[in-house]
Amino acid sequence: MNTLTISPSPHVHSGDSVKKNMYGVVIALLPALAASLYYFGLGALIVTLAAVLSCVFFEWAIQKFLLKTEASILDGSAALTGLLLAFNMPTNLPIWIIIIGSLVAIGIGKMSFGGLGNNIFNPALVGRVFLLISFPVQMTLWPEPGKNMTAYLDATTGATPLSVMKEGLANGETVSALMDKIPSITELFYGNMGGSAGEVAAVALIIGLIYMLIRKIITWHIPVTVIGTIAVFTGILHLVNPELYAGPLFHLLTGGVMLGAIFMATDYVTSPMSNKGMVIFGIGIGIITVVIRVFGAYPEGVSFAIIIMNGFVPLIDKYIKPKRFGEVAKTTKA
Amino acid sequence: MLKTFSLGGVHPAENKFSAGKKIEVLPIPEQVSVPIAQHIGAPSEPVVKKGDEVKVGQLIAKSTGFVSANIHSPVSGKVFKIDDVLDASGYKRKAIIIKVEGDEWNEDIDRSDDLKTDITLSGEEIVKKVGESGIVGLGGATFPAQVKLSVPPGKTCDVLILNAVECEPYLTADHQLMMEKGEEIMIGTEILMKALKVTKAIIGIENNKPDAIAHMSELAQKHEGITVESLKVQYPQGGEKQLIDACIKRQIPSGKLPIEVGAVVQNVGTTFAVYEAIQKNKPLFERVVTVTGKSIEKPSNFMARVGTPVSNLIEAAGGLPEDTGKVIGGGPMMGKALSSIDVPITKGSSGILIMPEKIATRKPVQNCIRCSKCVSVCPMGLSPYLLMTVSDKAVWDRAEEEKIMDCIECGSCSYTCPSSRPLLDYIRLGKGKVGQIMRSRTK
Amino acid sequence: MNVVLITIISLGALGTLAAIILYFVAQKFKVFEDPRIDQVEEALPAANCGGCGFPGCRAFAEAMVKADDISDLNCPVGGADTMSAAAAILGKEVEAAAPMVAVVRCNGTCENRPRITNYDGATSCTIASSLYGGDTGCSYGCYGLGECVDACAFDAMYMDEKTGLPVIIEDNCVSCGACVDACPKNIIELRKKGPKSRRIYVSCVNKDKGAPAKKACSVACISCKKCQKACPFEAITIDNNLAYIDYEKCKLCRKCVTECPTNAIHELNFPPKKPKVEKPAPEAAE
Repeated sequence: MNTLTISPSPHVHSGDSVKKNMYGVVIALLPALAASLYYFGLGALIVTLAAVLSCVFFEWAIQKFLLKTEASILDGSAALTGLLLAFNMPTNLPIWIIIIGSLVAIGIGKMSFGGLGNNIFNPALVGRVFLLISFPVQMTLWPEPGKNMTAYLDATTGATPLSVMKEGLANGETVSALMDKIPSITELFYGNMGGSAGEVAAVALIIGLIYMLIRKIITWHIPVTVIGTIAVFTGILHLVNPELYAGPLFHLLTGGVMLGAIFMATDYVTSPMSNKGMVIFGIGIGIITVVIRVFGAYPEGVSFAIIIMNGFVPLIDKYIKPKRFGEVAKTTKA
Repeated sequence: MLKTFSLGGVHPAENKFSAGKKIEVLPIPEQVSVPIAQHIGAPSEPVVKKGDEVKVGQLIAKSTGFVSANIHSPVSGKVFKIDDVLDASGYKRKAIIIKVEGDEWNEDIDRSDDLKTDITLSGEEIVKKVGESGIVGLGGATFPAQVKLSVPPGKTCDVLILNAVECEPYLTADHQLMMEKGEEIMIGTEILMKALKVTKAIIGIENNKPDAIAHMSELAQKHEGITVESLKVQYPQGGEKQLIDACIKRQIPSGKLPIEVGAVVQNVGTTFAVYEAIQKNKPLFERVVTVTGKSIEKPSNFMARVGTPVSNLIEAAGGLPEDTGKVIGGGPMMGKALSSIDVPITKGSSGILIMPEKIATRKPVQNCIRCSKCVSVCPMGLSPYLLMTVSDKAVWDRAEEEKIMDCIECGSCSYTCPSSRPLLDYIRLGKGKVGQIMRSRTK
Repeated sequence: MNVVLITIISLGALGTLAAIILYFVAQKFKVFEDPRIDQVEEALPAANCGGCGFPGCRAFAEAMVKADDISDLNCPVGGADTMSAAAAILGKEVEAAAPMVAVVRCNGTCENRPRITNYDGATSCTIASSLYGGDTGCSYGCYGLGECVDACAFDAMYMDEKTGLPVIIEDNCVSCGACVDACPKNIIELRKKGPKSRRIYVSCVNKDKGAPAKKACSVACISCKKCQKACPFEAITIDNNLAYIDYEKCKLCRKCVTECPTNAIHELNFPPKKPKVEKPAPEAAE
């Protein structure tokens, strides 16, 4: 007979693991990756590979040489950060910038806080925001969809619908006139527009969301509240003055709202722990996004909104507790 | 929509291998060791000494307080010695060891199988008799039954809930008992209703036992006030607080007992024991024990005498498999890993679960990724991740603030954690410490 | 130029005003504190270990200043020097407390005490102790999970990989007692350091009777009472099947050490017995 093992209960485990969750998110991102390859061709492939490989490399190198701990690159979290980082960059970005972005994402965004689970800000967004501030020109040259299948650095670029809207409104044009200059809502839904590698195709991202909800990787709270808040907020503005403020569908389908709401804001580590907290977090992201987009200087505000709300997560967790059993008991007593 | 409790919950693989297996009477062992501490509360005081002759059902250790229980001899024979014996607690504790000679029962025990339906005793007499018969909660918590039946002054009870949920995977003891002793359980329920002076009783059964639901519902039609509630298969449906919430939608406030919302919960096994004690004058000295596991040859339900070594039960179920890595007393979610198969079974042993080596060990612990799954499965609405951290860092005042004492130790958090973190281990540690602090404060 | 001047004057005036307000506020809310508390705190080691029984050095300093009789107070970390320095500030004198050191009273190494089960829970002795008596036949001995080492703030302990037992680095040990409190089995004891760090103690806490104790661990105390008979100073008591040497009475004659049939009685830092060498014992433990 073998020696008996003694451990406290429970003696069974669900079989869930970090790896399963991380690769689950990667699988959910595959439709968006396919859409990205379809619209941006070679550039999307190069950017994605460069970001994923450099993120994994930096994670391995930092753990091996700096921290001298066991490398955890197989859990998929570094690959996921790389993939999300790539999805947040234009597809004609030079490789050296991508590598800097990966270093910042993994090194500063994640490892300096103590590795997986300890970071305050979403690492991919830390990388992206760092690049956006450091290389504003390169980070806002958007290859046009469908025209650059074999081009990479030399891709023809154009404006994103959001920047068209922002600049047009600044020049005194009306929303209805500007709507004619950008692709139709259906095309926006399918992703036929300029933008970051992974953010364009709303339909692909929604497929990913459904997959993650079915596999119970995430709950509905964050994506629904972010999208809902943006829709309600922009809807009210649109009703107030339809010629000054674009409608909710335009805001939802352009820029990084879908990618942000579904994949970036729902990052386990940097989102609140309770359902109520998640709802507050989502509402905060929605409001800040719209404020930046409509009243701020940048045409796009999703990544800033998420990073700002990331900073509030510890506070939310401290004050917003899950509903406890027995709290409503007073009213039910016969 | 089936009824269930309001917060959290998980659904582990049910693995009820021994379902539908007839209850077999286990042969009496050559020697039994009966621990004197096999219930919650004060250990009993032995009233026999070395060399005494005892009969089956004779009192061998008496209750030492309000929360304590009598212990009766499960066998007839001679007291060999009273000594420290390794029991399910993992420690050596005092036990009465009896060498078995024959099987001679106390004369006043009715050994016939006849169903006795008239309840002659009054409510108070029932409570007293239940106490004398050493009946404790047989679901595993082993809380003395007469304490629950004594409604404290100022409180009222309006409903009795019978816990027939058996939400622990693998275990089938209660299920089988309902199938075979349904009538007796119904009478037992009436006895308990009389003792509690209530007119309503609900039998809560999880929906994965349709035969038991059908059988009990049919029997319940003949008994006024008793209804069967079919419940969703969700762990921990059998937790006292969860069961009350599921059946009558009343939530017990933090730190309070079920009587606060006018309910008393008893296990079906306990109810059967009550029937036997009141109608047949038979104290509690044997119980149904499930012996099960993926690797075991013959998963079975046995009627076994208290004090029988676990090894005897395993032998009767086909022997201990070669690749055994863990032997658990109870179910896989809340049971206790045994450090030896020679420990005796007690009143609280609902099952013996054998786990093969390859699934017996835990996976390596990883960083918390703050996925919040532990929060979403917690049936008490706590934050297990936080409780683990504060317990580990010994921040006891924060642990108390976060209601660590509300934890029912169901293990859903550790079960579900993707990083395989030992959440419950630390929460239990914290509960122990915070409990100590709180008790020292009231003194 | 004008702008610069206005700026300087207005900021200067603002600063002065703020300073005046602050001065009066500070005067009004001044809390009188005995200046000796600061002086005593200065004299303490500032380790904030809690070994004195107070939460930190400042609380201890306050207690010292307040107390009329300071003979009950002792800073084990600083030892006699610190205590007399602190007492001198208060114009008092202290008797030098005998230096103490932590001793691990279990010798259940992997060889001496075979493992019969395999622990697979969280790495915490307290958690393990809530489950069972230990992974060996002895339910009193060390779990080897190192809660005492974690509790030690002075790097005075480490887990010996080979034996699975904690080892105390005598030179670093300040006898704060953190490990004693951490051990759920009460294995670690603070004992008198002894002259030249020489000590004799029973390295076992097993309260089982002789036969099961010996079966579980080859170096267990089997309560044979030979040591008790051998001791000329009545320093050894046997309680609950376990011998204990009172360090106040023990004269370090070592008669019990040779008498013990299971080698459960340990001597530390004595020179080798047979060839009598007049050299002082080596400083480091083990």
